[in-house]
Amino acid sequence: MAYDRRPSKTLVRKLLYIAKHLTGGHPPRIVRTMAKIIPFRRQPEEPPPEPLHERAMDNLAFIRQTMERAGSFTAVSGWGQVVIGVTGVLAAWLASRQASPDNWLATWSVAAVVAMGIGVVTTGMKARAIGEPIRSGPGRKFVLSLAPPLVAGAVLTLVLFRAGMAGMLPGLWLLLYGAGIVGAGTNSVRVVPVMGFTSMLLGIAALLAPAGWGDAFMALGFGALHVVFGTVIARRYGG
Amino acid sequence: MAEARRVRSSAERLRSVAGGAETAAPELDRLIHERVRLAIVSALAVNESLAFNELKDMLALTDGNLSVHARKLEEAGYVQCTKKFEGRVPRTEFRLTDQGRGALGRYLDHMEAIIQAVRDR
Repeated sequence: MAYDRRPSKTLVRKLLYIAKHLTGGHPPRIVRTMAKIIPFRRQPEEPPPEPLHERAMDNLAFIRQTMERAGSFTAVSGWGQVVIGVTGVLAAWLASRQASPDNWLATWSVAAVVAMGIGVVTTGMKARAIGEPIRSGPGRKFVLSLAPPLVAGAVLTLVLFRAGMAGMLPGLWLLLYGAGIVGAGTNSVRVVPVMGFTSMLLGIAALLAPAGWGDAFMALGFGALHVVFGTVIARRYGG
Repeated sequence: MAEARRVRSSAERLRSVAGGAETAAPELDRLIHERVRLAIVSALAVNESLAFNELKDMLALTDGNLSVHARKLEEAGYVQCTKKFEGRVPRTEFRLTDQGRGALGRYLDHMEAIIQAVRDR
C-alpha cells in the first residue's frame, strides 16, 4: 500500500479557511455592522457645577446640623447641679423652720432664684470650657423648652398661695419643674429626661401625701435628686 | 482669561487665610469630605463617645454602611474604636482621636477659607 503524498482534503480546507477568513486584511464583518454609538436622543446637558463656595457653605451647614442633632446638651454642668441640690436641701431645712407661710414662700422663692442663677452660671462656664455656643442650637432649645413650665409654675404659685393652698405648692413645683426638664432634656443626654421624670413622680407623690411633708419632698426632689443626677452627669459627661 | 485670573487670586487668598506656604496649600481631606464620614466625625466631635447603635440611629445609617466608614476613619487614626461586653451584649464604642479632631478643624478652616475668599472678592 503506497502512501498518498498529497495533503488530505480536510487539511487543504483548513488551510484555505485560515487564509481566507482569518488572515484577510479587512476587519471582521461584525464590527462594520455595529450601530453607531452616537445616541439618537440629545444628551441632557450637564448642570453647571455648583460654585465651590456654595458647596463649602453647604458642608459647614451640614456639619453644624449634625453637631446640633448629635450634640446632646453636654453643657449642663453636673457640678452645678450638685450645688443646686445642696441649696435645695438647705432651703428645705430653712423653709421648714419658718413659722409664717409668707416667710416659707419667700425662702423658696429666694432658693429658686439662687438655683437658677447657679444653673445659668455653671452651664455657661462649662459651655465656654468645651467651646460650645450656648445661645444657639441646643442651648436655645433647652431654655425654650424649660421656660414655659417654669413660668406656668410661677403663676400657679401666686394663684394657689392667694387661695391659701400653699400645701400643694411643693408637689406642683416638682411636677412642673420635672415636666420642663423632660422637655428640655429630649435634646440632651439621657440622664436629664430621666431626672425630669423622677422629679415628676416625686411631685405626684407630694401632691398625694399630707401637706406637711412638702418640705421633705422638696429636699428629696429638688435637693437629693440634683445631687445624685449632677454627680452622674459630672462623672460621665465631663464636669 | 478673567476667569483664570479670578481663580488664581482666590487661590492666593485661600493660601493666605490658611496661613501656609505653597506646599501647605489646603488640600481637601477626602477622608472627611465624604458625607457619611463627615457626619460621623461631626457627631463624635460633640460627644465624648458614642456607641455603634447610637451613632447608627442618629445618622440613620445601616449597619454595613456605618461599619465600613467607621473602619476607614479608624484606619486613618481619626476615630478610636473600643469593643467591650456589657454583660453578654457586645458594645462597640467610638470616640474621636486628637488626630481626628485636628482633621475636622482643618476641614472647617478649609471651608471657611473658601467662603471667605468669595466674600472678599
